[in-house]
Amino acid sequence: MPDLWIDLLHILDATLRLATPLILCAMAGLISERGGVIDIGLEGKLLAGAFAAAAVASLSGFAMLGVLAAVLVGAALSLVHGFACITHKGEHIISGVAINILASGLTVVVGIALFQQGGQTPLLGPEERFGSIALPLAATLGGVPVFGPLYSELISGHNILVYIALASVPAVYFLLYRTTFGLRLRAVGEAPEAIDSAGLSVTRLRYGAVLIAGCLCGLAGAYLSIAHGAGFVREMSAGKGFIALAAMIFGKWRPWPVLFACLIFGFLEAIAARLQGTEMPVIGVVPVEMILVLPYIATVILLAGFFGQAIPPRALGTPYVKER
Amino acid sequence: MSDRLSQEQSEPTSVPAIRLRGISKAFGAVQANADIDLDIATGSIHGIIGENGAGKSTLVSILYGFYAADGGVIEIDGSTAIIRNSSDAIAHGIGMVHQHFMLVPTFTVLENVMLGAEGGAMLSAGRAETHRELEKLSREHGLEIDPDALVGDLPVGLQQRVEILKALRRGARVLILDEPTGVLTPDETDRFFDILRALRGEGVTIILITHKLREVMEVCDAISVMRNGRMVGNRSPSETSREELAEMMVGRKVLLEARKSDAASTGVALTAEGLTWCDVDGVTRLNNVSFELHAGEILGVAGVSGNGQSELLNLLAGILQVQTGRIRIGGHEFGRARQANPALMRDLGLAHVPEDRHRRGLILNFEARENAVLGYHNGLVAGAGAFINPASMQKHCQRLMDRFDIRPPNPRLRARNLSGGNQQKLVLAREIDAGPNVLLVGQPTRGVDIGAIEFINDQLVDLKEAGCAVLLVSVKLDEILALSDRVMVMNAGRVVGIVPRDRADHPTIGLMMAGIAGGAAA
Amino acid sequence: MSATALPRWAEIGLIPLVNLTLAFTVSGVVVALIGENPVEAMSIMLKGAFIYPGGLGYTLYYTTNFIFTGLAVSVAFHAMLFNIGGEGQASLGGLGAALVCLALDPFLPGLIVVPLAVLAAAAFGAGWALIPGYLQAYRGSHVVITTIMFNFIAAGLMVGLLSGPLMRPGQSSPQTREFAGGTNLAYLHDWARALGFDVASSPLNLSFLVALAAALGVWILIWRTKFGYALRAIGQSDPAAVYAGIRVPRMIVIAMAISGALAGMMALNEILGVQHKLILNWTSGYGFTGIAVALMGRNHPVGIILASLLFGALFQGGAELDFEFQTITREMVLMIQGLIILFSGALALMFTPVLGRIFAVLKAGRARDA
Repeated sequence: MPDLWIDLLHILDATLRLATPLILCAMAGLISERGGVIDIGLEGKLLAGAFAAAAVASLSGFAMLGVLAAVLVGAALSLVHGFACITHKGEHIISGVAINILASGLTVVVGIALFQQGGQTPLLGPEERFGSIALPLAATLGGVPVFGPLYSELISGHNILVYIALASVPAVYFLLYRTTFGLRLRAVGEAPEAIDSAGLSVTRLRYGAVLIAGCLCGLAGAYLSIAHGAGFVREMSAGKGFIALAAMIFGKWRPWPVLFACLIFGFLEAIAARLQGTEMPVIGVVPVEMILVLPYIATVILLAGFFGQAIPPRALGTPYVKER
Repeated sequence: MSDRLSQEQSEPTSVPAIRLRGISKAFGAVQANADIDLDIATGSIHGIIGENGAGKSTLVSILYGFYAADGGVIEIDGSTAIIRNSSDAIAHGIGMVHQHFMLVPTFTVLENVMLGAEGGAMLSAGRAETHRELEKLSREHGLEIDPDALVGDLPVGLQQRVEILKALRRGARVLILDEPTGVLTPDETDRFFDILRALRGEGVTIILITHKLREVMEVCDAISVMRNGRMVGNRSPSETSREELAEMMVGRKVLLEARKSDAASTGVALTAEGLTWCDVDGVTRLNNVSFELHAGEILGVAGVSGNGQSELLNLLAGILQVQTGRIRIGGHEFGRARQANPALMRDLGLAHVPEDRHRRGLILNFEARENAVLGYHNGLVAGAGAFINPASMQKHCQRLMDRFDIRPPNPRLRARNLSGGNQQKLVLAREIDAGPNVLLVGQPTRGVDIGAIEFINDQLVDLKEAGCAVLLVSVKLDEILALSDRVMVMNAGRVVGIVPRDRADHPTIGLMMAGIAGGAAA
Repeated sequence: MSATALPRWAEIGLIPLVNLTLAFTVSGVVVALIGENPVEAMSIMLKGAFIYPGGLGYTLYYTTNFIFTGLAVSVAFHAMLFNIGGEGQASLGGLGAALVCLALDPFLPGLIVVPLAVLAAAAFGAGWALIPGYLQAYRGSHVVITTIMFNFIAAGLMVGLLSGPLMRPGQSSPQTREFAGGTNLAYLHDWARALGFDVASSPLNLSFLVALAAALGVWILIWRTKFGYALRAIGQSDPAAVYAGIRVPRMIVIAMAISGALAGMMALNEILGVQHKLILNWTSGYGFTGIAVALMGRNHPVGIILASLLFGALFQGGAELDFEFQTITREMVLMIQGLIILFSGALALMFTPVLGRIFAVLKAGRARDA
């Protein structure tokens, strides 16, 4: 029994670690889309952020600089997206697809130019990464039966970006529902004309939204390469940006449900790794891929309307044009 | 007695609240405003009238900072004002209630009113304060409203109140109202005018944009007429008439009454029986609607928009599905068990000129010749078999353009490049050319210049005289009264009554529109 | 797409040219920043794509893929549907073709198996697009999201199948056995040599001609049939289409099916024409390139063929660059592709106002002189 408990804790532990980039990207997408800007480019920003973090951390020797670089790169890409969609009223989807492809190419091109390692960055050392943080009293409480390991294994011992990701959810909630900026942001995604006639700038609000989204994605990318991993590898985002997109839709654009979705999807990934090669009753060996595609299947089922309607913000994807 | 007192209170001071000199604005090749001069006296209700495209909305949009004028000067209370955006306008005490409301439907009244002037970075700070302000304004001006109601759930009249409260709270001393009565019943309009008079009594200057001559004569202190981007004259109601105003709006004498002719009534072409219809939100839009439409008559459907007329048209055309009730046409019966659809209805001899020509009646990006077969594209007129033949579509379109005097007569021109009147004529031409037994027409002259209005009215009467059954839906009561053989009034989804022409006049119909069944059903 | 104030030739010809130039300029800057000479890189690309022996053949071989995926995206786009699922649909197309070949090639001659394989490729591709199409039409699920999800589901499915039931017996790499020789599509270099031309070998095969025929077919379908009229109507204005008696949900499903079928037919080139067996990831991102091609080609078959040629040259030139330069790999092409999508898609109208003003000035000048 205790073995099962420890096992479960390990899986939940892995869940948190795997869900972290999802949470940050999903929050990013949420803010962007609540403001009316579709963000298919979460994947590209994630990838670019991962590269920037690893590259700068490697070159400078400091993980913090890597994080800073990742956030800046994420912000830069989101400005490109904003420039295309907001200022030039381009198609949001196409801009997002472009950014994804651009990031795929650019990360390798620059990576080879800088490191000549076929697109990877060199393996990162301890100062260039984020290590685990032991919360106070983790060691002492670890001995307490049942709840001790819960604290010392599951809750304590993550790196700082995991805690930041978890903290981002109530932060986003507060921002959206308790601040003036959040009120205006939600207004601009539902009825931008209301913002315009109130004397506020639709453009500025939308740019604000995409910038925040870009920073969060960059942060998620930094997590991937210099906290979770030990360097950048080609295409290391591996579709996580799209799973985050799925989670955002699954959570119906509301922070806490989206967190829930991210945790479920992270759980699925954790289980998939665990079950690889294991014989299950009836089904036999479960191919890892089947489990890994479950988030996608789940999202399609949700979108088919079987879990209730997923209604996006009313003005999502439509450029704001003053009526003549 | 009190009327005169309030008049004296609002005697114009020597400095006008708003003075415009030489305002010009062009959009590409179109000169929307050309050298406009205008004085608006403080504490008055000033009406600006003109046809569609006359430039009224552009002018007030410049005043509210939506557009920057190409040239000219704006003076507010005597001093020059620079208005670059709505923020500046609001700062100068100008507020605007737009024709299409600018509210966030998923927010409460309170949140909508707060938007833009929240009173701090945190919402909690401003909420209580705004609540107090809202209550105060509500009481002072008789604009009761529930601050916690969701705006999306409010009826249109109350939504308008929210818009007014928004403007007043931002300290508006000049209130611009763009076509405010389009969505109100005559009763609500009267109450609305009372509110305007009360505001005037407190020194608020009101600019009223409208095309309704009757109303402008009733409530305004001064009237300015615009035509083709220019200001053509200023009058006060006491020294002018509707006829003169109409003439100024159009530039020539105007027949305000279309030609009438008697119904050539023969058999019943369309029967609606017990039609009840709810929308996706469960709101009942049609409630037990029954009537008969006879060949050779025009049955006018009167009522403020939003009372079920749109749903009725779309139901009869086969666009909406029947939930309860029956429709009989051409020997066929449709109901819940056997649904109609637009293609089938057309086959049975029904044609439909939709209310929204831009979204439904035409495809703006298609060429005129492609639009000429919209709805009939599966037939021979578009081509043989599974193919379409551009040449034969072109010929068909040319014929329509010649017959209905559509300008420019270029079948290759995209529909969006035609003027409103010509677009409507194209839709009408297409539908009438199909030789229907039943014609459904919604808002045939909305956004159409007066020359085309006369033409369209004539076409409808001709069609009726040729034996077609016409169901005419219009928010223009004058149009209904002028063209209809019988008038059916709808209110809140019900048929209040059907009145023959000789008993249909403004007071009777007005009462019925408010839901009070005075006239008998025909 | 939408009408602008520019003359038609400018809208179709000039603007894409301007956007393309911009994309290449930015790429050139990146090339310079990583220490190589952009002009030299450009010249190598062009030579690799057209001049070097076999270069043109390879270019056209890539072009074939892009014509299929570009047509696929454009057909859906005429109904205002963003079919981002070209990768997955092509993948399933390959599965369809492979299943037919694997099942029938021991018994039947290539002349019968190949047409059946083509049908299967189209059918499987259509089926994979049909589900998102159905969900959009009847359940309102956004086709962009569902097609993206289906791409991933297809990838997972392929890995599962190719490492399992379909795997070549006795091997451990995820691929099927080779198909019988009779099912191979003829190489065009063989035909050319038979006609007396001394042509270098390349993967260019018969499917190129099928692609051109498909382009003609799509043109006829969209602009000369009643189906095409209805499709374009839906894309322009859904309420107008309903008003016109067009059964919108049904049309959406059919449009997506046709779109998926075209994507699936890419399998003709890769699987039947070149690989002669089913492998993993043979779609190599060509599905996404189809989006770029459709955008650049303004959703018109002629434009799509030209844009496909452009991207074919890009890919082949990119392979040459990879070969000749240490510092440049095929990812450079991805980068250029991303820039092209950005400028031709999202920023497509960036220069329209500027060009519009230039044209207005020219027109005014001509009117004065007249």
